[in-house]
Order: sequence, then structure tokens, then C-alpha cells
Amino acid sequence: MLFAVFLPVLLALFIPLLSKWKDKIHTGFFVMLAPLAIFIYFVSFIGTDFEPVTQSYNWIPSLDISFDFYLDGLSLLFVLLISGIGTLVALYSAYYLHGSERLHEFYVYLLLFMTAMFGVVLSDNVFVLYSFWELTSISSFLLIGYWNFKERSRYGALKSMLITVFGGLSMLGGLILLTVETNTTSIQEMIAQADVILSSNYFGLIFTLIIIGAFTKSAQFPFHIWLPDAMEAPTPVSAYLHSATMVKAGIFLVARFTPIFSGSEWFFIIVSGIGILTLCWASYVAVRQTDLKGILAFSTISQLGMIMAMLGFGTKAAIYAAVFHILNHATFKGSLFMVAGIVDHETGSRDIRKLGGLATLMPISATLAFFGTFSMAGVPLPFLNGFYSKEKFFDASLHIDVANANLWISEVLAQAIPYLAVFGSIFTFVYSMYLVFGTFTGEKKLDQLPVKPHEAPIGMLISPIVLVLGVVIIGLFPNLFNNSFLAHTAEAIYGEPVVTDIHFWHGLIPAFYMSVVVVVVGAILAIIRKSWSGIYSFIPGKLSFNKVYDYLLDQSEKTSRKITNSYMNGSLRRYMILILSAIMVCTFTVIFLTNGFAWDTSDLAPITLHEVLIALAMAIAAISTIFTKNKIAAILILGVVGYGLALLFVLYRAPDLALTQLVVETITVALFLLCFYHLPNLRERTELTSQKLTNAVISIGFGLLMTVVAISSHSTKLFDTISGYFLETSHDIGGGDNVVNVILVDMRGIDTLFEIVVLGIAALGIYGLIKLRDKKGAE
Amino acid sequence: MEIIMSILAGVLFTTGVYNLLQKQLLRIVIGTALISHGAHLFILTMSKLKRGAPPILDYDIKDYADPLPQALILTSIVISFGVTSLLLVLAYRASKENGTDNMEKLRGNEND
Repeated sequence: MLFAVFLPVLLALFIPLLSKWKDKIHTGFFVMLAPLAIFIYFVSFIGTDFEPVTQSYNWIPSLDISFDFYLDGLSLLFVLLISGIGTLVALYSAYYLHGSERLHEFYVYLLLFMTAMFGVVLSDNVFVLYSFWELTSISSFLLIGYWNFKERSRYGALKSMLITVFGGLSMLGGLILLTVETNTTSIQEMIAQADVILSSNYFGLIFTLIIIGAFTKSAQFPFHIWLPDAMEAPTPVSAYLHSATMVKAGIFLVARFTPIFSGSEWFFIIVSGIGILTLCWASYVAVRQTDLKGILAFSTISQLGMIMAMLGFGTKAAIYAAVFHILNHATFKGSLFMVAGIVDHETGSRDIRKLGGLATLMPISATLAFFGTFSMAGVPLPFLNGFYSKEKFFDASLHIDVANANLWISEVLAQAIPYLAVFGSIFTFVYSMYLVFGTFTGEKKLDQLPVKPHEAPIGMLISPIVLVLGVVIIGLFPNLFNNSFLAHTAEAIYGEPVVTDIHFWHGLIPAFYMSVVVVVVGAILAIIRKSWSGIYSFIPGKLSFNKVYDYLLDQSEKTSRKITNSYMNGSLRRYMILILSAIMVCTFTVIFLTNGFAWDTSDLAPITLHEVLIALAMAIAAISTIFTKNKIAAILILGVVGYGLALLFVLYRAPDLALTQLVVETITVALFLLCFYHLPNLRERTELTSQKLTNAVISIGFGLLMTVVAISSHSTKLFDTISGYFLETSHDIGGGDNVVNVILVDMRGIDTLFEIVVLGIAALGIYGLIKLRDKKGAE
Repeated sequence: MEIIMSILAGVLFTTGVYNLLQKQLLRIVIGTALISHGAHLFILTMSKLKRGAPPILDYDIKDYADPLPQALILTSIVISFGVTSLLLVLAYRASKENGTDNMEKLRGNEND
């Protein structure tokens, strides 16, 4: 299985080589072989006596992360869909994409996506699952933005990326919590500990986070908005990713975790509630669309909502119906997308208002579209698989088990769902009819089309024909795959064996009447569509979720810019104030909280007059630097402070310091004089009083802080100085009597080394600043 | 005496910071110089003042001033000297090149 999962990526490595011959043989034909081989490999697992298969390959054993592949009925259904439709899509794209496109990029992304999808559905390890999950987001992003010269493509790609990655990250949070709660990273072991998870304090959080992941990926309300914009992708991508595979990853996730979550009542409320809401909303909005792929996008959303709702019902029949519909939807929706692509390809337009009467010009495509849309609408004909799943759906919606429900909302929802199901299905019927009749019947508008329409080449038609054959075969023999295949899938979700027979005729049960209502009302509404379509300017009208998304994106940019501009205004003074305030707030808080201020006068040096005088002189000099306006005076006053300090060094028994300070101060003053000779004179300060006040508060606060810290730390000597060691050993080990110098060059010589380096760098820097001139424009 | 020296260090910091918050490059350089003076005084004060002779060994003397802070300050003086001189020249070049020594006019924000 490892090989099956990574085969597409391996092939992707050779794509640039293969696409060199793309003029002779289209790269798509090579690419087709990988999913075909995988399809054949996995078909061999189908059988009545199917048992789950586990394979494990080490990746990061210390973190309990390994490629644990687990193939049960649910995974098998999905791998067959991914590989089967993947084959057909590769074949279709070989005719759809012209050789002048960047084929190597397209197929590399597509193969990357295939691997990611195989990984998602086969992984048993939650973190491996998450890795592949994000890989689907990335490769889907690349595919949507394939025609990156179009602005709409980039917009759609970004939107889908943001929404699905938002969901992916929230899912990661849920998975991590699950791992923490159950102490395992394997989904099957988590299922075994379902009661632990259900009784966990974090259950609500786990459930919410994982469901958000699934809902964003599967385009459920209100995260559905990325899918219609993803239609900017090439049609093979839309057919593959946005109808059959990636959007079902969320369905897969919900199905995978159903054995854990279905123990909670909220599972029914959230999954079914949101699912049915998605079904109704999307099928309602789909009627408004004018773009063929737009209709199909909303139709996909609504069908996904229907599947989601059935998973939420949680009864045996509902889960079987959900599984059945996953298969059916993949067949008819894939074929419809391909037909839409053909129409686009052969007429140059996807706008349903410009199309019409194509049935005579494109008879095969029209036939395929009729099968697809009628199946999608659930028209009661015994050779359309969509009808069976719709019937099953109605039946399941009437038999929701809320006997154990404690919350009133469950019962209300259970009562409402059948009506909502019928409502959604009516609109499904309307847009299906609108789609097929609007495109293929009615008057021809050839003058509005950029290309004169004609039937597509046979190669392009193979894939939709195969899919429509699937529709018909499942329609004619609905029990064909039942025991050997779909029953295992349903069992993997439900936990117990599920065996159901599907019949075309159930007798006069309520589901039948519901179907009749759908067809009759749907047909009427479809015929008089023009007379009521004005309703769309009121609902949703301006309340579009796209507007919400755009608004949020716009506002988040604006707000963050505003926040950044509010403190990053480029003024050094502002930054200094922020830094110093932060220092003061932190230090004063700590001093206050820990009673850090100490006052101990027992160990002080005696106060002598001349020191006080020097200190006073220094203080006055320092303060007067603020008020002087003469630059020479300022420099000399600064010199007074420096020489005062040197005098203090003398008095405090530091001869080396005094010497250095004197020399350095002299040089500094000289340097100041040199430089400031060329600088403008000190100006009258022009700042406002409030600014002056802020400056004063900040600087006095900081000075106070340093004084408080100095007094406190002087008053709390926790241990003696280590200088005794230096004094004792300076003569014997260091070979010198000047202890300060011995420390500098002998005991702590490294300091001195780098201090010399600092001086050297400063000297080089000064040299560079003075000497090097970048002549503007030249060199 | 340590208390007075602490207060003096505080005054040096205060005036240094106040100069640092000004607009003119010259005042900012003066501010940094004052702050480094304050820091040196601070370190010296922390080592107890006037407890014994200068740290130059002699047979007769038992008590010496703490030599370690002196070594630290010596290093610091040299480094701050290097930094101050670089800053001075930088200020000189910056005001020559830009034609102003007003920090508010030297901002790099394109929105202003």
C-alpha cells in the first residue's frame, strides 16, 4: 500500500522528462497509467469476504508517528473513486489541455494531489492523516491557480487555501487533543476508546475542531464559498477535485470518526443540521447561477450537504444510503463536469444564457448530460442511480431515531428534516432541468458564441461515457456492488454489518410520495422559472457570504495595518518611550510585588564634603545639558561630568579608572568638538508642552528606577564578593601587584581581547564612514 | 555615601534619558554619554565605596577596594568610548548626507 500511495509522486518526479515529448504523445497518457494500476490493484480487494488490511511503516517512531495504512471498506470505496476517476480525468485532460499549456506543471500537481488523497483515506495515524490532508489543500491550491495569469484564478486559489487551511489547522488541534486524551495516534485504537473520548472534558472542543476541519474541506455551510470560486481551475481539476475526491475528504473524515462521535447527540444536531441546511441553501442558490460550472459547484455543495446529513442521521439505512450516494454522486457529477468542459471547449462559453439548442450539434454530449442531470435530479427512472439514493435519503429522513434524545432541538430537527429534504430536492430538480434544457434545447444562439459548436473528439468523450455507463449500470443493477463492496463500507462506518437490498419499486411508502412531490413541483417551478427568479434579488441579495469573506479579509488587513501604524510610526522617540515604559512597568511591578525595596544604612561609607561637592557639580552639569542652547557649552558641560567622574574614581581608590577616564574624556571632548563643529547649533526646542511633560515623566521615572534599584541592591548583599581570590592570588599566580591590571589581562583576558576588537571595529567603521562615498548613480 | 552616589547615578540617567528623547542628533549623543557615565558610577557604587586601599598589593595593607568592578568599568569605558566615537561620526555623516539632524525628519516611514 505504501507503494500505491506514493506511486503518483514517484511518477511526478519523471514528469518533466516525459513532457519533453508532449508534442508527440500527450503527457496525460503516461500519467493515466499510475491511477489505473492502483485502481486495478485495489479492485482485487473487493469481495464478500473482505477483511480490513493493516500495513505499517516506520516514520518517526519516537513520536509514535508512522505510516499506518488501514484499508477497510470505507477506505476502499474512496481509493477506488480516487484512482478510478483519476484515470478518467487524466485521460480526459489529455484531450482537454492543449500541448501548448504547461503540462508538466499540471500533471505534477495532479499526481501530488492523488498521493495526498490516497494518504488521507488510507492513513490510520492521525498525524500522517493531517500531513496528507494539508498536502491536498496545497496541491488543490496549485491546481486552482493553474492559469495564474488570470486574476480570478488567483483569487479563487487564495480563497480555497485560506478556508481549507483554516479548517485543517483546527482539525489538527482536535487531533492533538484526541491523542492526548486517548494516548494513541491510531484512529482504530481511538475508536476502541470511544467511551473515553465521549466522557472526556474536552469532547466538545475535540468534536467542534474536527467538524470544522471536515466542514471547510467539504464545503459545508457557511464554508461553502470557496468551492464556486475554485471553478476557475481547468475543468478536469473541477471534475476530479471539486466533485469526486477532495470535497469528499470532509465526508470521509466525518464517516471515519462516526464510530466515536455518533455516541453524542450533538453529532446528529450539527452534522445533520448543517448538512440539510447546506443542501437547501446551495440548491436554492444554484438556480441563480448562469455559469455551467457555477451551477455544478453549488450542486456539488448541496449533494455533499445531503451526504453529510445522512451520515448525521446515524441509522443503518441512512449510512448505507450515504455510502451509496457517495458512489453515485462521483459518477454523475464527474460526467457532468466533463460535459460542461466539453461544452466550454467546443463553444468557447460556459454562460448558460448564451448557450442553447446544442443537442443537435453535440448529440453525444447532450445524451451524456441528460443521463447525468436526470440522475442528479433523482428522476424516477430505473436506469439512473441518483433516483435510488434520493429515495433512500427520503426514506432515511423519515426514520430518524431520536428516542434517546435529551435536547428539544433534536426532536425539532428530526421533525423538520423530511420537509427540508423535499425542499432541497425540489430545487435540485429545478437547477438540474435548467442546466440540461438551458444548454441543449431551445433556440440556437450561434452568433453569441466565439466558436462554432461541434461534437467533441471521441477521446474527450470516453471518460464521461464511462462514468455515465457507471450511472446506468448502478441504476439497472443497484445490488451489484452491494454485498461485495458497499456493505463493507457501511459496516466500517456503522460498526455492525449492514445488508440492504435496493429496489426500484418500494410500494406506496411515504418516500414515494415525497419523490412525486419533488418531481411535480420541481417540474412546475422549472417551467415557470423566469417568473419567480426575481426572488433572488431579495434573498440572498446583499447577504452573500462572499461579501462576508471579502469584508473579513479586507478588515483584517486594514485593522492590522492600523495597529502596526499606530505604534510603528518611525519616530525613534516613540520607540524609546515604549521601551523605557516597558522596562519601568516591569521593574516597578516586580519590586512592588516582591517587596523588593530594601533600605539598609548600616554599612555605608562616611559622607565627606568634597565628594558631595563633586557630586553636586556633576548633577548640576548633567541637568544643564538639557537647557543649554550652545553646542560648545553643551560639550564642555559634558566634559565637566566626565572629569567629575574621574575625580570620584580617584577618591574611590580606583587609580586605573581615573587615568583612563581622564584620557578618554579628553579625547571624547576633542572628538565632540571636531564633529560638532560641522553640525548645526543646538536649536530652541520646538516641542509641545505635553511632549516635554512626557519626556520629563519618562526620564525622571527611569532615573528614580535606577536609584531605587541601586539602593535596594546595595542594601541586600546576599553573599561576599569573590575579589578576595583575586587579591590573594594576583601576586602568586598572576605575577603582578596591580590587581585590576592582572584581572584585565590575565584572569579575565578574554574580555580585554574583545574590547580591543570593539575598538578596532569602531575605528574601521569610522574610517569607512569618512572615507567611503557611494557616488550617486556611479558604481 | 553610597546613597548619594545612587542618587547621582539616578540624576545622570534621568538627564541622559531626557536628552535621548530629544529630536536633535547632538542631544542624543550627549544622552548616551551621560547614560554611560551613570552606568559606570552605578557599578562602582555597588562595590562598596572606600573600603581600603587601592587594589595595588603592598605588604603592609590588609584591606583593599574591590578590584573586580574596577576591571569591569575599565572595559566598559573603553567600549563606550568606541561606540560614542562611532556614533559621533555617524551623526556627522548622517546630518551631512541628509541635510538635517532632526530625528523626526529622518524617519523611514513611507506613509509620512
